[in-house]
Amino acid sequence: MSDIYQDSHESTLRKRYTISVLSEDRPGLLNRVTIIFSRIKLNIESINVSTSEVPGVSRYTLVVNTTKDIAEKVTKQLRKLVEVLGAFLYEEDEIYYQEIALYKVPTKIFLHGNKIENLVRANNARILVIEEDYIVIEKTGHKHETQQLFNLLNEYGVLEFVRSGRVAISKSKRQTQKYLDELENSETHILNSSNGQDKYGKN
Amino acid sequence: MSTLEKTSKTESKHKLLRVNGSEAVILSLLEEKVDTIFGYPGGAIMPIYDALYNYQDQLNHILVRHEQGAVHAAQGYARVSGKVGVCFATSGPGATNLITGIADAQIDSTPLVCITGQVPAHLLGTDAFQETDVLGISMPVTKWNYQVTKAEEIPEAIAKAFYIAKTGRPGPVLIDITKNAQFGEIDFKYSPCEKIRSYHPYPSNNSNQIEEAAELINNAKKPYILAGHGVLISCAEKELQDLSEKADIPVALTLLGLSCFPPDHKNYVGYLGMHGNYGPNIKTNECDVLIAIGMRFDDRVTGDLSKYAKQAKVIHIEIDPSEIDKNVKTTVGINADARQTLEALLPLIKKNNHTQWINEFNECEKIEYEKVVKDQVNPKTDKVFMAEVIKKISDKTKGESVIVTDVGQHQMIAARYYQFRKPNHLLTSGGLGTMGFALPCSMGAQLGAKDQQVIAIAGDGGIQMTLQELGTISQYNIPVKIVILNNHFLGMVRQWQQLFFDKRYSFTEMTNPDFPKIAEGFGIDNEKVSERGGLDKAIDKMLASSGPYLLEVEVEKEDNVFPMVPSGESVTNIRLD
Repeated sequence: MSDIYQDSHESTLRKRYTISVLSEDRPGLLNRVTIIFSRIKLNIESINVSTSEVPGVSRYTLVVNTTKDIAEKVTKQLRKLVEVLGAFLYEEDEIYYQEIALYKVPTKIFLHGNKIENLVRANNARILVIEEDYIVIEKTGHKHETQQLFNLLNEYGVLEFVRSGRVAISKSKRQTQKYLDELENSETHILNSSNGQDKYGKN
Repeated sequence: MSTLEKTSKTESKHKLLRVNGSEAVILSLLEEKVDTIFGYPGGAIMPIYDALYNYQDQLNHILVRHEQGAVHAAQGYARVSGKVGVCFATSGPGATNLITGIADAQIDSTPLVCITGQVPAHLLGTDAFQETDVLGISMPVTKWNYQVTKAEEIPEAIAKAFYIAKTGRPGPVLIDITKNAQFGEIDFKYSPCEKIRSYHPYPSNNSNQIEEAAELINNAKKPYILAGHGVLISCAEKELQDLSEKADIPVALTLLGLSCFPPDHKNYVGYLGMHGNYGPNIKTNECDVLIAIGMRFDDRVTGDLSKYAKQAKVIHIEIDPSEIDKNVKTTVGINADARQTLEALLPLIKKNNHTQWINEFNECEKIEYEKVVKDQVNPKTDKVFMAEVIKKISDKTKGESVIVTDVGQHQMIAARYYQFRKPNHLLTSGGLGTMGFALPCSMGAQLGAKDQQVIAIAGDGGIQMTLQELGTISQYNIPVKIVILNNHFLGMVRQWQQLFFDKRYSFTEMTNPDFPKIAEGFGIDNEKVSERGGLDKAIDKMLASSGPYLLEVEVEKEDNVFPMVPSGESVTNIRLD
């Protein structure tokens, strides 16, 4: 957690922030992204990266627990990366979000009574696959929900448990393709000046 | 060279030339109008050096003595010429030796394209001979980097590198080229990069914010301009002067902003920061509107942020959006090019008069003169003081030389006592504080500004960090003047030890070599002065010499730089002694 980067004028109130990043799909970019966090010793609670609905564009979803000031500074640093198309900072009430969890449990715990089956139903989980030795249950939800199901199932013994990073979608009406089009058509690639170029723009 | 004629700008779009990747590198550099490269060959970049062999009449390659020298030289070249600095290094240690200079260029916004050789693609990740993950290592200190593993990628990668390095807030770019890509054959075709959809170096002006800024300035009683490197990069010197004159606003400069405003202008009040002038520091906490232009509120400028300009409304004009509200919260943040913003702002500014306010700075200047400057430039002791050396050089060169400094006491003295009368005439390592910067940077600067007098000023500590570049200076007869202010100490650290560590001089005293003898070994004219009497004549002789020249001046061992804002304290607590 970042104490060295603290701004004494800002509230030191920590909150959970979700940062959504659109970027070119390039090797090495993940490294550049995480350096921004590690440089200030800010732990990334969860990170999810995958291709977006636009070919060649990746979507990162990062979750951090920090102050507003630091969350904003980190978002600005992300925007500054040459291959980042956009970085958006959200508080919890500005997004819809989910995580997915997979639970591997022994097949035999289903055999005596319908307790497990009821758990699956009650938690809006589903059975993904049934093997002779184990059954894989899938559940999507918020972290505390997937954790709660884990705690319940673990009373019968969970063989393996895995949870994804958060994926989040904003409540704004922004359309990714439209955002990218606007970006591409913005006049911010060259210095528009009738009065000459900057020092390094002359050649 | 016939191959080059074939690729001249008009024809390159139509004719395709079959070349290997290495020649494509050279042709791409020529397309970017590169004329000078600083570098050092080695195994993984040999094909590129082999291609370079045929282009020696168009590309002046300077063989340095250490890769750090190449990158600092490229920085010096860039900062005086307004062109992107270019350096070559081999893989592994060649590449890692560039890192300090790249970090320096990143924090001081200097455009560089560094090209490193890399082991063949199939050996990547195998711990091959001289393999290092230079992409990973350079990532935190480059604006952009890219590894080329196929010859076909070379022209586009280099085009992007130049565009990214020089636009917006400039910075260093590293292109790592695997050896197989250097050998691979391609049809060469070059198109300069003009646009990258994910990169927006010139945020558009926001007229609302400019209007708000104008209103704040027009209603200010004690407005105060802090100008930095961004003024030089955006070529806003004239607009800055226009603003200062129209609204009658005092102007102070950051270390990297020095030379962007005439030192004898009635509105010029001095230099900011830890060892800056008295008035500019304390008045920061008395002004009502602070107008920061192309600067980033470095901690050496602000001291304790919680006690910095709290009374003032702050206008921050800055091209890098991540700098706005980073250290100092702004009232009006204008994320745009400095010159463009000032051009738009000027018509909205009312003529004004702040004589009384500016006089307050003049009063501070008098206090500083009495308490500090007087004895520094006219010392009462026998020993020579650094300030009198700098003052003499400044007077004798009429403040028109390119001054390249190292890092430490002499750097602060040079910033304080040289009167920079021409823009871009101070080259110094500001953000990173890289000792060893001066000597290699000065040789690059001299090659980038052949008609200028370039003077490197270094201490006895820093000069020894890159001393081997005397070999480069000698080989190419680069006529830089090198002044070593020798106090036999790592002076700035010693000063802190004296003031804050009970005079416990832990490993700061140096037994130095005979510098003139070293210069002599490199075939460089030289002189050593230990007494005030010989100083004028020695400086005159140095300035009159036509080739490289080294002048060592033995100075007072335990001289301190004042004023001084103690680290982490408020600018108001600046000490005059």
